[in-house]
Amino acid sequence: MLAEALFFSAVLFVIGVFGVLIRRNAIIVFMCVELMLNAVNLTFVAFAQEYGAAGQVFVFFVMTVAAAEAAVGLAIIIGLFRHRPTVDLKNINVLKG
Amino acid sequence: MHSLLQAATAAQTATSHPLDGTAARWLWLVPLLPLLGFVINGLLSIVAAYQAGPADPSAAHSEESHAGHGEGHDDAGKHEHHEIPRHRYAGLTSIVGPGVLVLAFILAVLIFVAMRGAGGGGMEHPFVQRYFSWMPVGDLQIDAAFQLDQLSMLMVLVVTGVGMLIHVFSVGYMRDDPGYPRYFAYLNLFVFFMLLLVLGANYPLMFIGWEGVGLCSYLLIGFWFSEKANADAGKKAFIVNRIGDFGFLIAMFLLFANIGTLDFRGVTEGASALAVGGPVVTAICLFLFLGCAGKSAQIPLYIWLPDAMAGPTPVSALIHAATMVTAGVFLIARSSMLFSLAPVAELVVVLIGALTAVFAASIGLKQWDIKKVLAYSTVSQLGYMFVGVGSGAYVAGMFHLATHAFFKALLFLGSGSVIYAMHAAYHHTGNHDDAQDMRNMGGLRQYMPVTFVLMWIATLAIAGIPPLAGFFSKDEILGSLFARAQGSTIAQAHLFGIPGTVWLYIAWVFALSAALMTAVYMTRMMLYTFHGPNRTGEAERSYLKEAPWVMTGPLVVLAALTIGGGWLNLPEFAPLGVVGGLEHWLEPVVGEYTKRVIGGAAPVSPGLELGLVALAVVIAAAGIAIAVARLDPKMLVPKSRSPQEEGFEKVLVNKYYVDEIYDEAIVKPVVGVSRQLLWRGIDVGVIDSLMVRGSAYLAQLTGFIGSQFQSGRLGTYAWVLTLGVLAVLGAFTIR
Amino acid sequence: MLLPAQQPAIPMAHGTLPLLYTFHFYLFGLIAIVSALLFVTRKSPVAAALWLVNTMFCLAALYVLLDAQFIGAIQVIVYAGAIMVVFLFVIMLLNLGQSPPADIRGIWWKIAAGAVGLAIIAQIFAMTRSKTPATLTLPAGFAANQVATTGAVAPIAGPLFNDYLLAFEITSILLLAAIVGAVVVGRQRGEDLAR
Repeated sequence: MLAEALFFSAVLFVIGVFGVLIRRNAIIVFMCVELMLNAVNLTFVAFAQEYGAAGQVFVFFVMTVAAAEAAVGLAIIIGLFRHRPTVDLKNINVLKG
Repeated sequence: MHSLLQAATAAQTATSHPLDGTAARWLWLVPLLPLLGFVINGLLSIVAAYQAGPADPSAAHSEESHAGHGEGHDDAGKHEHHEIPRHRYAGLTSIVGPGVLVLAFILAVLIFVAMRGAGGGGMEHPFVQRYFSWMPVGDLQIDAAFQLDQLSMLMVLVVTGVGMLIHVFSVGYMRDDPGYPRYFAYLNLFVFFMLLLVLGANYPLMFIGWEGVGLCSYLLIGFWFSEKANADAGKKAFIVNRIGDFGFLIAMFLLFANIGTLDFRGVTEGASALAVGGPVVTAICLFLFLGCAGKSAQIPLYIWLPDAMAGPTPVSALIHAATMVTAGVFLIARSSMLFSLAPVAELVVVLIGALTAVFAASIGLKQWDIKKVLAYSTVSQLGYMFVGVGSGAYVAGMFHLATHAFFKALLFLGSGSVIYAMHAAYHHTGNHDDAQDMRNMGGLRQYMPVTFVLMWIATLAIAGIPPLAGFFSKDEILGSLFARAQGSTIAQAHLFGIPGTVWLYIAWVFALSAALMTAVYMTRMMLYTFHGPNRTGEAERSYLKEAPWVMTGPLVVLAALTIGGGWLNLPEFAPLGVVGGLEHWLEPVVGEYTKRVIGGAAPVSPGLELGLVALAVVIAAAGIAIAVARLDPKMLVPKSRSPQEEGFEKVLVNKYYVDEIYDEAIVKPVVGVSRQLLWRGIDVGVIDSLMVRGSAYLAQLTGFIGSQFQSGRLGTYAWVLTLGVLAVLGAFTIR
Repeated sequence: MLLPAQQPAIPMAHGTLPLLYTFHFYLFGLIAIVSALLFVTRKSPVAAALWLVNTMFCLAALYVLLDAQFIGAIQVIVYAGAIMVVFLFVIMLLNLGQSPPADIRGIWWKIAAGAVGLAIIAQIFAMTRSKTPATLTLPAGFAANQVATTGAVAPIAGPLFNDYLLAFEITSILLLAAIVGAVVVGRQRGEDLAR
């Protein structure tokens, strides 16, 4: 089952990368990042079956951090939206230097 | 091989010397005394300047009052009639300045007495006092050491003796100059360096003295630097000297490369390993002679000496007559062990010396400035000295060096007295004419009788009239030259395909012509200055008078030396006293090398020798006669009304336009290249624009390019991230 | 309530019914992939979010099938139930649900992204050729036995509170910081209220 799980994980990860590159909506890009994290979680869990529970513990932490990151990230996006009523990445380029 | 030399040299220092424990152990004090004088006088000058505050307008004024004249003048008074206050520390300086020289001379005499006593017949080995190891570099060991042998002793006596007299003279001459302590500081410093030069036991130490006297020459020529012409003359002297110094340096490099040591005893031993007449030793000698040409004003580097007359007259007497310019002659005598091995180099020396002698003498025939006449006379006489040492007659060359020091110093100081009187007269009447031009003088013998007599003594000496000193020394050089032409290693050498014998005879003819011309122009100088009617002017005439005794006294001493100097080295046909004194004295140092140059040729027969002597005397007398007959001082008019010269006379007055030729051919191209290529092209164009501003621009550009990466667009960032991941993964997979 | 050690051994699915197990594994895996593809290609953010929720459900199922039941539960509760809900909240808040503007980049982007994606997959598979040392590999079925004997939570709880205690504590601080940060960044400023 390890090989199959790894395969699924890789495909999901690549789909996430694809989404990040393709989409212009900031929230959708964010969700693609979440997808990538999930794919990685699957990898960890698959390895945990083979090599011990440390993998699951790591998944635990990944989820926690993902939650925190989602909260703060969405707060930033809301703040951006208030500044300029758009979430289109094309228009968010104030950090240009 | 090098270590063997070092061992031999070390062994020599280990053995005891007859001069150990005598007065010679104070040898180091002889140059140190003038150095002490320099320090004290220098401090006095600086302290006085401090106390005086910012630039004293009265100091500049005395220079500007003569701004109309081309060359610098001696400042004997101000424009107005009131007395210039003497320098604040003039009294102390008058004691310290000449005083250290007097002490040094006394010490030198004591050492000389010790030398005569210790050697018995002749001190075989030089007395070397080593003070410390100066430059131990790899194989090369250069020590700070003094070498006392008969040659350096002779020079020490000349330098301190004549120097002492000139210092005393300067007390009177520079009396009212605002830079009085500075003058004596420089003069003392000069004597210090000159003594380093003659006492140094190795080439580098000698070179320090060599350069040091060049520096002091610059400082003293440009003593009244507020007038640009004086400063320019100083610069010219220093720069032309440097060209010669380059030759000296190359010679030292060659010596080190081929012999491995630079001290005189080591070179003496190592020279025997060099091929006789080979390219190495010839190259060394020629480069050394290049140094001499610079320092001792021979063709083509003599041009600085006439300009050097811009300095105070005692400076001209000491530096440009008696001591500094003779350093080149001393160098060749010191390097006789090398020169005697290179007949071609010696031939070159003789030829250039003779050519310079005749060339300078011809220019002197038509000069109007009294100091310029003496300057060209010096160049000419230096040529004679080089003929002497070049032909292997080192004793004759040094003899002429000594006698020339006596009578040329006398001539210069005498002219100094004349100029002093002229200046004083002009200042009393507010006249702005040239106080050094002979056309403004005339008939001074009634106003300055003592100076008149003394200068005639010197003139007869330089012309070569027996029994004055100049006759003996000049005659010995001419005789040696003729003898070498008959047979010697030089005669057997070839230069440009022509045998040495031919060249030497040509040189001999040149030397005789120069003797003739010397007699003519010197007599001319005396006629125009002291004889005939006075052209100075009605009002000034009453102020012309003899110089004070502090100035005339040294003249008397020098005149005595000029009269008695010949007794230093009497020839065999005139056994009026000890015959060949100087020759015996210098025999341990140069005797062997003179023999080497003679190369076993038979000496000239006494009859022929006497004939040559008679010829020289006849020529001298003829020169005087020609001058007296053809030149009428009554025909002269003062400078302001004198007509311009025409034709060949014009060429002579303008010194064959040599300075102008150098200017066009050398100076302008060098300046042009420097300005256009080196400055505009490389310095501004490449270094400033390309490298400095270019690197700044490059930094800016890099920053700009870097900043382009920060577009602020997240999409781009994501892309770059992904590509980076691709690359990293690729690294892993490919491995 | 019996302690985990006392509970009877529950036979695991992949021990007794391997074929069914494999079928379900592949089923959920494929549904996950299809949902993910649909998720990235939806124009409407709400639809995309919901497809992502579906993906997560399938992943939770996969976790259960891989003997990580606790993680599976956590996945549903935290990820699908909390994080995605927050996403949906924000989408609603910003009123992005109705008539969303087309925000998928052009065809060339898609091709390029596709190429990059395939490249990454290829590299990942190239790397799977490497072998891990045998000493690390647990005996077959070890995880399943653990779950059978001690329950699903214990294999995680043990290391979490013993070996990884420091990380645990730091993570709690991280959460605190995130909460504070989210509140600070997201709060309404005075001038925004005035608008």
